[in-house]
Amino acid sequence: MTENVKYPAVIAARRQSKDRLRRRRAEQRFRSYGMVAVAVSLIFLVGLFATIFSKAYTALGQTEIALEIHFDEALIDPEGTRNPTTLARANYDALVKISLGKLFPEIKDRRGRRALRKIMSAGAAFELREMVLADQGLIGGRRTVWLPASDDADMYIKGLVAGGLQHGNRIDAQQAAWLDKLENREQLAQRFNWRLFMAADSREPELAGLRGAAVGSLLTLSICLVIAFPLGVMTAVYLEEFAPRNRWTDLIEVNINNLAAVPSIVFGLLGLAVLLGFLGLPRSAPLVGGMVLALMTLPTVIIAGRAALQAVPPSIRDAAFGIGASPMQVVAHHVLPLAMPGILTGTIIGMARALGETAPLLMIGMVAFIVDVPTSPTDPATVLPVQIFLWADAPERAFAERTAAAIVVLLAFLIVMNLAAVLLRRRFEQRW
Amino acid sequence: MNAIAMSNQEAPAANIKMRAAGVDVSYGNKQALFSVNVQIEANTVTALIGPSGCGKSTFLRCLNRMNDVIDGCRVTGQISLDGEDIYSPAIDVVELRARVGMVFQKPNPFPKSIYENVAYGPRIHGLADSRAELDDIVEASLRRAGLIDEVRERLDEPGTGLSGGQQQRLCIARAIAVEPEVILMDEPCSALDPIATAKVEELIDELRARYTIVIVTHSMQQAARVSQRTAFFHLGEVLEQGETGQIFTNPVDGRTQAYITGRIG
Repeated sequence: MTENVKYPAVIAARRQSKDRLRRRRAEQRFRSYGMVAVAVSLIFLVGLFATIFSKAYTALGQTEIALEIHFDEALIDPEGTRNPTTLARANYDALVKISLGKLFPEIKDRRGRRALRKIMSAGAAFELREMVLADQGLIGGRRTVWLPASDDADMYIKGLVAGGLQHGNRIDAQQAAWLDKLENREQLAQRFNWRLFMAADSREPELAGLRGAAVGSLLTLSICLVIAFPLGVMTAVYLEEFAPRNRWTDLIEVNINNLAAVPSIVFGLLGLAVLLGFLGLPRSAPLVGGMVLALMTLPTVIIAGRAALQAVPPSIRDAAFGIGASPMQVVAHHVLPLAMPGILTGTIIGMARALGETAPLLMIGMVAFIVDVPTSPTDPATVLPVQIFLWADAPERAFAERTAAAIVVLLAFLIVMNLAAVLLRRRFEQRW
Repeated sequence: MNAIAMSNQEAPAANIKMRAAGVDVSYGNKQALFSVNVQIEANTVTALIGPSGCGKSTFLRCLNRMNDVIDGCRVTGQISLDGEDIYSPAIDVVELRARVGMVFQKPNPFPKSIYENVAYGPRIHGLADSRAELDDIVEASLRRAGLIDEVRERLDEPGTGLSGGQQQRLCIARAIAVEPEVILMDEPCSALDPIATAKVEELIDELRARYTIVIVTHSMQQAARVSQRTAFFHLGEVLEQGETGQIFTNPVDGRTQAYITGRIG
């Protein structure tokens, strides 16, 4: 039995051998590859967030100018009828011009006055009109009102003007001097840009907001959920719990998986051809957008639903069948409630994907420029990612920061949804 | 063989509760049972013994048609309950399973409260008209399962929080709450420790007075302790069946002898 004596020696030699060292090093290298991969993706993520946030940050402020407005009855309501139509049609722009003129009495020529008017937003007059329509008591009085400066003035104050201040540029040296003067006199300030969150889209960057797109997204996602969730859950339950395993169900399964891989723009084309072209549903409407996104989300819900149903242990089904529950009772009372957290998690992830989807909505006209906040699923609307697309495409420099801000808002929605999915999974994780 | 305590030898009345005649079962192309004939007497514990994979669990699951749930499972032959063919189209499977209850190998309480576990069966079968009546059924079932003193104060706690032995007795309480006539038990003690096993075995003996019990077991001792009749399965066939005492002391078939003395298995 020499071997028995020799063996420990061989093993001891092995312990110090290079093989072992090499194996350990390979192990460490393998682990470091993983860490490098994580680090690289983190760097990308941090870089992306840093760029977006640094650009979006400035959009939170909007340059406004304090004007002492004289709500002159002679201009607003010369006949004194207080008729809303008259009030709505009055020339509020004149009020802005008069107040501006009082700030700079030295400017007398028409060209100068026109240049001066351009430091104010066209929206200043609209805001005065809204004020008067809301409170007729203002008429005849004076009040200092903070009104939005134009986007070019805003960019200048924020120090974001590209190129010099030559004449013919978006803002020239003369306008810049006026703005500086106003700033010194503290009649100009950066104030919180509530319009970004409370207003709908506009051609004027300083007036444009995300509310229309956010409401559009909400309506679209609601429609999507209402369609995709019940259909997806019923499909998953049928395929998992009731359908016989045969060639047909195999075919259906393969097709569902294929459907999940279809490029989203194809769903958009389908919506355009069938929902708009054949069924004649309204264009640009969240109703149609939701239906298209539901088609896209359906496979995600079905696949997540089936996985969640499969994860319910067969012993639960046995137990319920064993005391005489019918197949429907087994599903409704036991399997489905236990699978629900998993199904909801999958659904939320599917919805998050739908929230960020742009391409199919372009096809059905949700890319239209819409200045109203939609109030029903059949109103024309747009959604957050399409709003980002539209703003990113706009030439005004001021839209760049708003695009970034819109991205932040969209990201915030996505993070909240994904967080909800993770929490849901944690909270209801079952161990059998 | 002295180690195996012989069970009480009172001869059961020849009162056949369930009868299987020429039962063949196949899963896809694989045949699991070959022409099985077994008689199950009322108010008797019938043990099904045999080596792993011999088809005893398959047979058990045929008795309340739990095999229906499995894809590709085909059952032919005749199985009757009180003379009624349970595979005839006229039989409502759901009702059958209420009459022939089942307890499984691994305790499988629903992830709900202890109360809900027991109350679920009576509720879906409409056995109670009021909450009070349901409370009574739950309490009686837990009492008969010998669990009431341990859980009386915590009926609202999850059934999954009980110990393994308690869970299995909860599953038995759940099964008897729907007042079945026959209770099928598929290795009910294989996941339990000896003390919990002793309790369940005691319980089985008590339940015999009200119910007919069929138990699949791997433990020869358990079969000897709890059953009055035994059927020995081997490779999908029933080689021998009869009174437990006779099977264990004086088996007719050589393979039965070999199995119960531990030479094959």
